[in-house]
Amino acid sequence: MNLEVESVTIEIQSQRIIENVSLRISTGQIVGLVGPNGSGKSTLLRTVYRLLKPKSGYVRLGGDDVWKLSARESALRSGVVVQETPSEFQFTVREVVQMGRIPHKSVLSFDDTHDSELVSESLRRVEMAGFEERLFSTLSGGEKQRVLIARVLAQQPQLLILDEPTNHLDIHHQLEILELVRSLGITTLITLHDLNLASMYCHYLYIMQGGQLVAEGSPETTLSRALIQQVFRVDVVHMRHPVRECLQLIFMPLPVDL
Amino acid sequence: MSSQSRNIRRQTVIERMMLSPNIRFWGIFFSLMILLVGAVVLAVAVGPVPIPYDTVVSIVIAKLFPGVIMVTWTPVQEQIVWVFRLPRVLLAVLVGATLSVSGTVLQALVRNPLADPYTFGVSSGASVGAVLVITLASSIIAGFTLPWAAFLGALLTMLLVYLLAQQGGQISTGRLILAGVAISYSLSAVTTFLVLRASSPGSNSAAIALSWLAGSLGAAKWEQLGIPSLSLLVTTVLLLLQARQLNALLAGDETAISLGVNVPVLRLQLFFLTSLQVGTVVAVSGAIGFVGLMIPHMVRFWVGADHQRVLPIVILLGGTYLVLVDLIGRIIIAPSELPVGIVTAAVGGPFFLWLLQSKRTVGGI
Repeated sequence: MNLEVESVTIEIQSQRIIENVSLRISTGQIVGLVGPNGSGKSTLLRTVYRLLKPKSGYVRLGGDDVWKLSARESALRSGVVVQETPSEFQFTVREVVQMGRIPHKSVLSFDDTHDSELVSESLRRVEMAGFEERLFSTLSGGEKQRVLIARVLAQQPQLLILDEPTNHLDIHHQLEILELVRSLGITTLITLHDLNLASMYCHYLYIMQGGQLVAEGSPETTLSRALIQQVFRVDVVHMRHPVRECLQLIFMPLPVDL
Repeated sequence: MSSQSRNIRRQTVIERMMLSPNIRFWGIFFSLMILLVGAVVLAVAVGPVPIPYDTVVSIVIAKLFPGVIMVTWTPVQEQIVWVFRLPRVLLAVLVGATLSVSGTVLQALVRNPLADPYTFGVSSGASVGAVLVITLASSIIAGFTLPWAAFLGALLTMLLVYLLAQQGGQISTGRLILAGVAISYSLSAVTTFLVLRASSPGSNSAAIALSWLAGSLGAAKWEQLGIPSLSLLVTTVLLLLQARQLNALLAGDETAISLGVNVPVLRLQLFFLTSLQVGTVVAVSGAIGFVGLMIPHMVRFWVGADHQRVLPIVILLGGTYLVLVDLIGRIIIAPSELPVGIVTAAVGGPFFLWLLQSKRTVGGI
């Protein structure tokens, strides 16, 4: 499902957080949103999953304005893994993943075998099968993150919105989650701090700074030395991944006299 | 080696049975059903004039289905069971169940384990209404009976709390709790002032007010059961239909929105549903604290956080608990009575602390 964000401006308590940002994702693409802390990545994602209404501009999902869809219709199209750390509730892993089925269930329907099969299948895909009856609050950070990704898989969205999905994950699970995302073939909008992962997994990048887009394009063209020096305030040497042949970056502090 | 692994396998099968949420749930559900009925019969049978259990059951059956059973009891026994004790015991069931359900919902709404109906000023609002009627003898708010004054006090207070917690059309859970606590304290001051002002020699209105504030089921009549039972029924059905959405709300506002839950609307609906529900029981029972806080946590210890399971169990346990607590209050210093609100906290507090200590996972909602 394609996503269009068109000249979106967002203000929170009359402070401008996002200024005139447009982006476009066509079906099947994995698009990365990168930028330093506080550049507005998460805020921009929040307008896409209808948490924040933009002051001006449009968000269109599959051609429809998301703010004209009902909450449920929108949840049937897009699924989100947010950064919000859930409270210490006593849900089991199965119950957390089961929540992904909420938009699919009408008020009077019961959870059926189709739902529970989807839940088991989703847990298997994130290597969390066997954890069904464990309390979510007793899991490690990485396990929690994988369960939340299983929940969004059970939601069966056509657009996946992932806000820092590799946070708290060890390197094995970082790569595993991103491989999984790639294998799903679902249109994905993802924020990542690790530029090397962004380069390895994203088809297209949007670079944000101070609430504005400063560059867009393939990882090869956008992650130039000049841009990285300007936006991320570090120096960089470009390398090529010996196996994957994608761009990889080696970082170092900027020289003081630069 | 092989026998060891067979042992392990057998253990996991049994464990899986024990852990199976459905088996556990229905086990607890039916046990509590039986316990509730047993508690009701016990509470009706025990009193200054003891009545045999089978007579209690027979009288109730004969009243519900006239002519089915031969009358073997005295008119006095019938009067004691049907007019004096049964309404009181059933009111205890309704009040206990209602307060517990509201506590469950409010804890989920604000994602705070300390929330209960009284965090949001219901009790203090109802108290001001009731104490006004008692101490001023309806001279100012003429035309209001005590239950109506308490009901309106509860509703107006919750409305005020909700309005004060708003900021730019948005409700923050933190502001909701803080507004509720602040208003509760302010209204408590008003109540205390009214009670102190009324305590003059020759007037017993201060004593009446204090006993109302401690909560009492003693004045229960059949006519008072209609509105609270209707409100419990309607609310429970509506809540069970929204159980999944309540679960999502516990997981966080952002998560709930991303799962298609209209969070602001749901929060407003549930808040007012709860206010009305609590208002109807506070009006007839006074301010009975602690049930709404404690019962939901006890139930979550046993069946987890899923509201599809928590809500039915909370109703049964809350009802049973208040029936037994009221019974203790009636017999412990007989022929006098301890107000049910006092016993609730005195019995519930230590038990809850014990539960808190004995469980590994603590404080989660």
